[in-house]
Amino acid sequence: MQLKTSAMALLRRFALLLALLIVFNTPCKVAALEEDIAEVGYSKSTATETSSNVTTITTLPIVIWKWHHVETPYLVALWILTCWLCKLVCELNHSFTSVIPESGLLIMMGFILGGIVWGADKAQTFKLIPVNFFYYLLPQIVLDASYCMPNKLFFSNLGAILVHAIIGTCWNAGTVGVALWACYEWGAMGTLNIGPLQFLLFGALMSAVDPVAVIAVFEEVHVNEVLYILVFGESLLNDGVTVVLYNVFDAFVSLGGPKINAEEIIKGIISFFVVAFGGSFLGVVFAILISMLTRVTKNVQVIEAGFIIVLGYLSYLTAEMLSLSAILSITFCGVCCQKYVNANMDEKSVTTLRYSLKVLANGSETMIFVFLGVSAIDKNIWVWNTGFILLTILFIIVFRFMGVFFLNWLLNMNRLIPIDITDQIVMSYGGLRGAVAYGLAATLDEAKIPEKNLMLGTTLIVVYFTVVLQGITMKPFVQWLKVKKATISDLTLNGKINNRTFEHTLTAMEDICGRMGDNWWTRHWKNFEDKYVCWLLMKSDARKQNDNIFGAFHKLNLEDAKNYVTVGERKGSLAFIRNDDNASVDFKKKLALEYANGMPDMSDMSEYDFGIDNVPVTSGMKNQIPSVSLDIHEQDSKRMPDLNAHHLLEQHLYKSRSNNRPTYSRSHYKESENPDEMQEIFQRTMRSRLESFKSAKMGVKPSKKISKHPKKDSTHKPNGKPADPNRIYPYGDEDFEFSADSASSSEIAGNFRRRSTNAPAAGVDNPAFIPEMDTSAPMRNPPWQTETAINTAVAASQRAQGRLPWTPTNLRSARSTDSIAMANASADEEAHEEKPGKHHTRL
Amino acid sequence: MGASQSGRVPEFQDLTDKTGFSIEQLKNLHNRFVYLTQDEDTLRREHLENMSDLALNPIRRQIIEAFFDSRNLGQKEKGCLQEIGFEEFVTVLAFFKPPKPHIAEEERKTIKKEKLRFLFNMHDTDNDGVITLDEYRRVVEELLSSTETLGAETAKAISDAAMLEVASETVGQMGPDEFYEGITFEQFMQILKDIEIETKMNVHFWNLETMHCGK
Repeated sequence: MQLKTSAMALLRRFALLLALLIVFNTPCKVAALEEDIAEVGYSKSTATETSSNVTTITTLPIVIWKWHHVETPYLVALWILTCWLCKLVCELNHSFTSVIPESGLLIMMGFILGGIVWGADKAQTFKLIPVNFFYYLLPQIVLDASYCMPNKLFFSNLGAILVHAIIGTCWNAGTVGVALWACYEWGAMGTLNIGPLQFLLFGALMSAVDPVAVIAVFEEVHVNEVLYILVFGESLLNDGVTVVLYNVFDAFVSLGGPKINAEEIIKGIISFFVVAFGGSFLGVVFAILISMLTRVTKNVQVIEAGFIIVLGYLSYLTAEMLSLSAILSITFCGVCCQKYVNANMDEKSVTTLRYSLKVLANGSETMIFVFLGVSAIDKNIWVWNTGFILLTILFIIVFRFMGVFFLNWLLNMNRLIPIDITDQIVMSYGGLRGAVAYGLAATLDEAKIPEKNLMLGTTLIVVYFTVVLQGITMKPFVQWLKVKKATISDLTLNGKINNRTFEHTLTAMEDICGRMGDNWWTRHWKNFEDKYVCWLLMKSDARKQNDNIFGAFHKLNLEDAKNYVTVGERKGSLAFIRNDDNASVDFKKKLALEYANGMPDMSDMSEYDFGIDNVPVTSGMKNQIPSVSLDIHEQDSKRMPDLNAHHLLEQHLYKSRSNNRPTYSRSHYKESENPDEMQEIFQRTMRSRLESFKSAKMGVKPSKKISKHPKKDSTHKPNGKPADPNRIYPYGDEDFEFSADSASSSEIAGNFRRRSTNAPAAGVDNPAFIPEMDTSAPMRNPPWQTETAINTAVAASQRAQGRLPWTPTNLRSARSTDSIAMANASADEEAHEEKPGKHHTRL
Repeated sequence: MGASQSGRVPEFQDLTDKTGFSIEQLKNLHNRFVYLTQDEDTLRREHLENMSDLALNPIRRQIIEAFFDSRNLGQKEKGCLQEIGFEEFVTVLAFFKPPKPHIAEEERKTIKKEKLRFLFNMHDTDNDGVITLDEYRRVVEELLSSTETLGAETAKAISDAAMLEVASETVGQMGPDEFYEGITFEQFMQILKDIEIETKMNVHFWNLETMHCGK
C-alpha cells in the first residue's frame, strides 16, 4: 500500500505534466502563427504600456488583472479539474457505481454541466472537438490499453481477435448502412437528403465499439480470460479498423456516386489494407525503436518512462502523417514493446510508466465521457427523425449479434476449446458505442453530408442508449447467463513450474503427432525470440533474468520479505530491531530502500492473498518470529520494501553519509545508498550473525511453525511459546550460512546430512530446513553485486503473474480511433482547437 | 503396408471405442506411427530420441519416458516397457484429447484427474507414488536448462521453494520429527486445482491429413 501511495506521489507530477503539456502544446498548435505573433505583440505592447504607465503614472500598480494572458490554459485546466471532480463525485458512493457504470454516470454529469453552461451562455460554448479528441485524448488511452495488454493471451487469440475486428467491423458497417438505406428507400424515415454512400459512411462510423463500460463490468465479475481478451482485443483493434473504413467511405462520398467504378472500389479495398497493415507495421517499428532505446537509458532513469510515452505518441502522429492507421500503430507499438521495455527499464521506471499511463488514460477517459454529456446540450445538433434513430439502434444490435455468431461459428470449427454460446451472447451484447463513433460523426463534413446533424444526434443517442442502458444491464445479464468465470489463482511456484511442464509436453506431443499446431508456432517464435529478438532488444543482464519461473520465485520472495517487515513493525519496531536475530533484517531493510518504490507488482500483489498478511499479526504477538515463511522463500535474502524502517536503521547500524546529503535531488528519486555503505552494513550484519550463531547450539530443533498458510498458521498460535530459545534459528542458520560460507557451512552441511540419514529418500525433513541445505545462486552473491540483476528480474516477472493482468481495477480499456479522419478537421476548426476536450464554438 | 492398412479398419474401430479418436484421426496417427518407427511394428525410445523436433525440448526425457510408462497405459503392474505398439501410442496420445464442449461436472473432474495423473507420472520417475525432492529438482533443473543463464543453483533453490510451498499448503503443521517425503498425487491435485488443466492440456488432432514436419 505504501508503495502504491509513493508511486502515486511520483505520478502526481506526471499528471501535472500532462496538464502542462496540453496547455503548452495547444496554443502553438492551434493558434495559427499570426495569432501567436499577435499575442506576443500584444503582450509586448502591454508590457510597454505598463512600463509607460509606470513612467507616466506616478503610482506603481501592485497587481494587474491579466485574464487574457492565461485564458486558454486556465480554461483547459479548469475543465480538466471539473471533469476529474465529476469522477470523484461519481465514485463517492460505491453502491451507486456498482449499479450504473461509471461511464454512464459521467455522461449524466456532463448533461448537468452542459445545462449549466447553456443556462449561462444561452449557447453551447464548450464541446468535444474531434481534433482534440483524436490528438490529445485518445492516444494515451490506446497506449495504456495496449501497454497493459495481457500479451500472451492476446497473441494466442490473435486470430480470433483479428477476424472479429476486421471482418466483423466490415460486416457491421456494410449491413447497417445497406439496411438503413433499404429502409429509407422503403420510406421508413420520410424524406432525407442522404444517398446510399452516405448511409454506408454512417454505418462505418457506427461500427466502432467502445469497451470501457463492458470491461469495467468484466473486471468486476471476473469473466473467463478468453471472453475478456476477445472483447478487449476486438474493441481495441476495431476502432482502428473503423477509422480506416470510415476514411475509405468518406473518400467515396467525396468522389461522388457516378464516378465510382470497379477500379475505384478495388483501390478502396487496397487502401484499406495498406492503411491498416501499414499502421500496424509502423507501430512494430516504433516498438523496436523504443525497446532499443531503453537499453541505454540507464543513466537518465528519471525520464526513462517519459521516452515510452513520447515515442508512443510519436508513433501515433507519424502514422497520422503518413495517413496510415494511427490507432493501430500505437496499439501495436504498446503491445510489442511492453515485454522488452519492462525487462530493460528499472523497476521504478516501470511503475512510473504504468501509473503515468493510467493517470493519463483515466484522466482523458473521464473528460471524454463528461464531454459526451456536455455536447448533448446543444440545440443545433438535434434533428429528430424517429424512424432513422430507432432503426439505427435496432440494426446495430441485430447485426452485431448476427456477425458475432456467424464469425464465432466459423472460428469454433478450428478451435480446440470452442467459444461458449453464453460467451457469444455476452460478446454481442457488449458492443457498446462510444466516443470514437461520436468523434467520427463530428468529423463529418457538412458540405458533403447535408444531414450531418441528424447523424450526429443519432450517434449521440446510440451512444447514450448503449452506454447507459446496456451498461446497466450488462452486469445482471452476465450473472444471469452464468458466464464462465476466471479462476483466480494465487501465484504459486508449482503452478508456474507445471504450466511450463505442460507447455513443453504439448509441443512435444504435437511434434510426435507431426502437427504444426499453435504450440509449434509458439515454440518456434520463442526460439527465434530468445536467439535474435532478445539479443537485439534487451539488455544482457535483463536477458539473464528473463525467466518467468525465476520471476515468480523472486516475486514470492519479495512478498514474504515484505510481510515479514510489516509484521515486525506492527509488533513494535524497536523491539524487533534489537532482537537477537534482527541484524539481518535490518540489513535487508537497508537494501530495501532502493527497491521500495521500484516494484511494479506490489500494488497488484497486494490483491493476492498470500495468507501471511493478516494472520501473523496475532501469531507475531506470541512469537519472536512473526512469520516463519520469510526465509523459506527468501532464499536470495534481500530488499524489504519498507521505508519506515529506514530511520531506525540509520540510528542503529550505520551513520550514513546520506544524512548530510540534501534530501532533494533533481535527477534522482530516492537515491539508493552507495555500495560502500551497503558493504559495511552487510559485514556488520554478518559479524553479528556469526556471533549469535556461535552462541546458539548447533543441533537446533526445527521450529514448529513452518507454514505459509494462514489457516495453518493460526493453528500454531497456541503452542507458540514466546521464549523459545530455538526460535531464532530459521533465520539465523540461513543468514549465517551465506555470510560465513567458509567458516561453518561444513557444520551446517553436517547438520543436514545427519538429518538426511533418517531420510534416505531425500525428502524434506521439515520445510524449515530447506533453506539450510541449499544456497541459491543469488544468495551466494553478496547482495550488492546481484542487486542490479535482480532489479531487472522483477521487471520481467510481472508478466509471470498468475492472474489476468487486467486486475488493477483502474485499467479501463481502450476505445480508440483513428485520426486520419481528421483530415476533415479543417483549418478553420484548427484555428480554435486550443482546448483539449472543449471548445468555443464560434460558429 | 497398404494391405495391412485396410485390414486395420476393424482394429481402428476398437481403438475408437477405447480412446475416443475418430477413425480418420486414427488413420492419420497410424501414418505418423509408421513414419516414426520407420515401418517397424513397434516404437522404441531411440525412435523418439532421434526426432530433431524434440531435440530442443528441455524435458524430452520425461516425455519420451511417458510413452513407455505402463501406468499411463492402464496396466496394473508398474514399470517401463521397452517398446510399444500402435495401441499404446494412441492410448498415451489420448490423454491430450480436448474434452467435448458440454460435459457434466463429474466428467470434467475425471478428465482433469486423468490429465494431472499423466503429469504426475512424468515427474514421479521411480513409480513410488511420491514426487521426492530429488525428482522434483531434476524436473526444475531440466525446465530451466533451456534458459542456460540460470544456474543449477537457482534451479535447486526454486525446486526447494516449490517443494516447501507444497508442504506448507497441503500438510500444514508438521511435528519436529516428521519427515516430508514428497508430493503425493492428492497433494499434487490440490496445488494445481486452480489451473484449468482440462482446457489447457490439449492438442489439436486434426481430421485432415497430417503434414509431416521435420524428423
